[in-house]
This record gives sequence, structure tokens and C-alpha cells, in this order.
Amino acid sequence: MKKIIDNREIEVNEEGYLVDFTEWDRELCLCIAEEQGISMSEKHWEVVTYIQDKYQKEEPLSIRGIKKSGVINIKEFYALFPGGPLKKSTLIAGIPKPKSCI
Amino acid sequence: MKNLLILGAGTAGTMMANHLNSKLPAVDWNISIIDECKTHYYQPGFLFLPFDIYSSKQVKKKGSKFIPKRVSYIQQSIDKIIPEENKVLLKSGESCSYDILIVATGTKTVPEEIEGMTGPDWKNKIFDFYTYDGSKALRDKLRVWEGGKLVVHIAEMPIKCPVAPLEFAFLADSYFKNKGIRDKVDITFVTPLSGAFTKPRATQALDYLLKEKNIKEVTDFNIERVDYENGKIVDYGEKEVAYDLLVTVPTNMGDPLIERSGLGDELNFIPTHKATLQTLAHKNIFAIGDATNLPASKAGSVAHFEAEILTDNVLRFINDDPLKEEFDGHSNCFIETGDGKALLIDFNYTQEPVEGSFPLPGIGPLKLLKESKLNHMGKLAFRWVYWNMLLKGVPIPFVSSQMSEKGKQIEKIK
Repeated sequence: MKKIIDNREIEVNEEGYLVDFTEWDRELCLCIAEEQGISMSEKHWEVVTYIQDKYQKEEPLSIRGIKKSGVINIKEFYALFPGGPLKKSTLIAGIPKPKSCI
Repeated sequence: MKNLLILGAGTAGTMMANHLNSKLPAVDWNISIIDECKTHYYQPGFLFLPFDIYSSKQVKKKGSKFIPKRVSYIQQSIDKIIPEENKVLLKSGESCSYDILIVATGTKTVPEEIEGMTGPDWKNKIFDFYTYDGSKALRDKLRVWEGGKLVVHIAEMPIKCPVAPLEFAFLADSYFKNKGIRDKVDITFVTPLSGAFTKPRATQALDYLLKEKNIKEVTDFNIERVDYENGKIVDYGEKEVAYDLLVTVPTNMGDPLIERSGLGDELNFIPTHKATLQTLAHKNIFAIGDATNLPASKAGSVAHFEAEILTDNVLRFINDDPLKEEFDGHSNCFIETGDGKALLIDFNYTQEPVEGSFPLPGIGPLKLLKESKLNHMGKLAFRWVYWNMLLKGVPIPFVSSQMSEKGKQIEKIK
């Protein structure tokens, strides 16, 4: 389905996740973050870059992986993306929601 | 003479020993299997043991009964694999060399990964049912427990048999009803996932059952620690769930020997090709069952389907033929829903569990994704199938290693 974000028509799935990562850019990211009530700090950008990098290397994302990433500890991760940090950070980063594979 | 070595005599390793015994000519190949444990446990039975549905005797047999005579069964602890030298070092200091190695060392629960879990309340108010000892201790506890807040909890994914915690909650509901104390027991299911199961389609069916049985659900709960002093579990987002009795599925990790060998990922699971079962790092090392990092369920049925494909691929590897990329993540499991009923689900890497009939298209007799008494009978009958057919590598009629789409209302995972 289509959604207007940042005055652009963007293809998203029923949960609002980007279907095509190539449509993502920093302006779009700021708009999605704002919708989630998050204003992007330097630390937010660092996390977004880290999880995008993991996604492009096809490495699964998990809370344990974040813990070992050296980028951020889990407490900070929750503080930056309150509620569901993995779900929110991936939404903002324009990558699919982690399946937390079986 | 060449050597084929299998590490681990659990479900997957024992099946491989039986398959290869009939396929590898004894004049050319020695087959050995190493496992320190002398007992073979029927692990699906650990779910029933706490509720006195199975006795402890029904879930264990002597491992050697299931290993063919020609295969040497080495009952020793393994130190590590040295892939560069094609050998496996034992704790005794001896070593075994191999031409082909099959790693089937499974997964283990590691409760120490969560702060406070193995504190003074471990096996007092906090139990697991994924080990024989844990399951038996929980049975003794449930026999005398008078009620309160029961929390059924999953620490983190992946875990072996991802539906078992839910089944535990359903069976607990039945158990306390039969005891006449269901009104004194408050059951809560706590999971790091966003729903009851890893697959959205099955989650819908299972959420419905949770409501019907008055089991509360707390999702997206990533545990940070067990606050045993105050009887609650706490997640990283400061969410808290109070318990009087905590039945947890601790973090699952591959065997420590995989870490010692430098062959695992962050959870000690071995990076493995998802369709051929060859390990990504070494051509003559294959991995099967729970020991792999495949995005399939960690379950006996998966190991069973993998075993048929891996047997073919080992033979192809020996003959220098290209490996078959055939494993599709096929998984098949009964889900106990309590009150003498069960669901059945059948799925793979790309196909969600759907409704339909199984194993014969249009006929069944088992129904997919629907509760029935016959599915429950199927689950109980499976214990016989496990000891007498599955472990011995006898094909199960009508059930193929690749998932069939016939007789199913198919919809693909997006």
C-alpha cells in the first residue's frame, strides 16, 4: 500500500514498514521518527546506521546482537526507542521488522 | 578405510547413524558416534512429565539400543573439533580423525545467561521443563502447589520446539481444572515475540485459544533479570511481571564445544547452508538438527526431514557429485491444547502453517491448524513412532522430507 511521507508517495506494508529500502533517505527517516514521537539525536543515527549495515549484510537482528554490538547498551536502546526498540528502530531505518527467526 | 564421525547421539545423530549404516559400505567406511550421555531421552515427553501424563520411565531408554552394531559408540566427553587437522579431541586426551564429520550436538538451555535466574529460587520457585531434571523437579512441585500466579516464560529466541511453552500453558490450564483449583491459579504467558508464535497465521489460532482458556499474554517482553527477592521478572523497558511460580524457557545455545572449536555464531550455533546442510566454513563438515543456525524450527521433525536429505548429500559428497539443495525448512508438529485435544501444523521456510488435511490431501485423517481429539491421539502415538521408526530411520508413510502443498489452503509468506 501507498503512504504519503515527507510529501512523497512511499510503498509500505500493512504495518508501515518500507517495502523498498532504496526509497529511504535522511529526510524520510526524520518524518517517520517524528510520527513515532522520536526526535533524532546523534546516537539515534548511529543505531540506525548500525542496523542498516547488519541488514545489508543479511545478519539477523536481535536484542542479544545489539548487546554485543558495542554501539549501544540495551538500557540506552530502550530509552532511545521507547516501547519496542527493535520494532521502532527498524521502522525508522527503513528495513523490515525482524522476524526473530524461529 | 575411511572414517565418518558423528558428534552427538540425540535424535539427529542417532538417525544419521542408522541411515548411514545402511548406505555406507562396511568394507570402505568406519562409522563412529560420540556422546558422553548413556541415556537417550524422548524430549517431547518433557512437556508431559510435569503433569504426570508420562512417567519418568517413559521418556528415557538406553542410547545403545538405537545405535547399529556396526557403528562404534564412543561414550566420552568431547573437548573440541580441530577442522584444520580433520580430527576431534576428546577430554580424555585421545583423538578421533575423520574424513567426514557430522555435527549433531543440539542445543542446551543456559539459565545462567539471565541475571538472578539460577539464584536461591532455582528449582524452588523457578523451574525449566526443557531438561529431564528440570521437568521432574517441576512435576514434584506441581503435585503440592496450591495455586497463585503461574508465569510461563520464554527468555529469548530461538528456542527448541517454539510451541512447547504455549502447550505448557494450555496443559497447565487443564491440569489445574482437573485438580479443581483452576480458580486459584492465574496463568500468564510471557514472550519476547509480538504474539503467541513465530508465524502470524498460527498466532491467530493460538491467541484465540489463550483467550478461551483465560490465559493472559504479555508480548514483546525482553527479560533483563529475575528479581527473585520480590518474585518478579523485569524487562529492559522496565516492564514487570510478578510470579509465585515461574516456569521459564532459558536462553538456548549450541554446545560449548562448538565455541571451543571456534565454529559457532554468537549463540554457538553453526553457520550452515540452509538447503544442503554443509557447514559454511568446512566442506567435509556437515551439521544437522538443533546445532545449526538454520532459520527453521529447532525440532525433532525438522531433524528427521533433514536426515533424509543429509544422507543423500553425504553420499554425493563422497562421489564428488554436486550437493542437492533440497532442504526447504519443513517442520511438522502437534500442538497440545489441553482437554485431550491438539492442533497440527505443517510449514517450511516460505510457507506459513495453513488449514487443510494431513498427510493425505483431502482425506487426512489429521486436520491442520484445527483442534481435534485425533490430533492429540497422534501426538501420544508419536512416542511409539519415535522409538520404533524415527530413530531407526524407518520412513514414515505418506510424510515426505519436503513439504507438500497438496490438500492445503496455501498462502505464501510475504
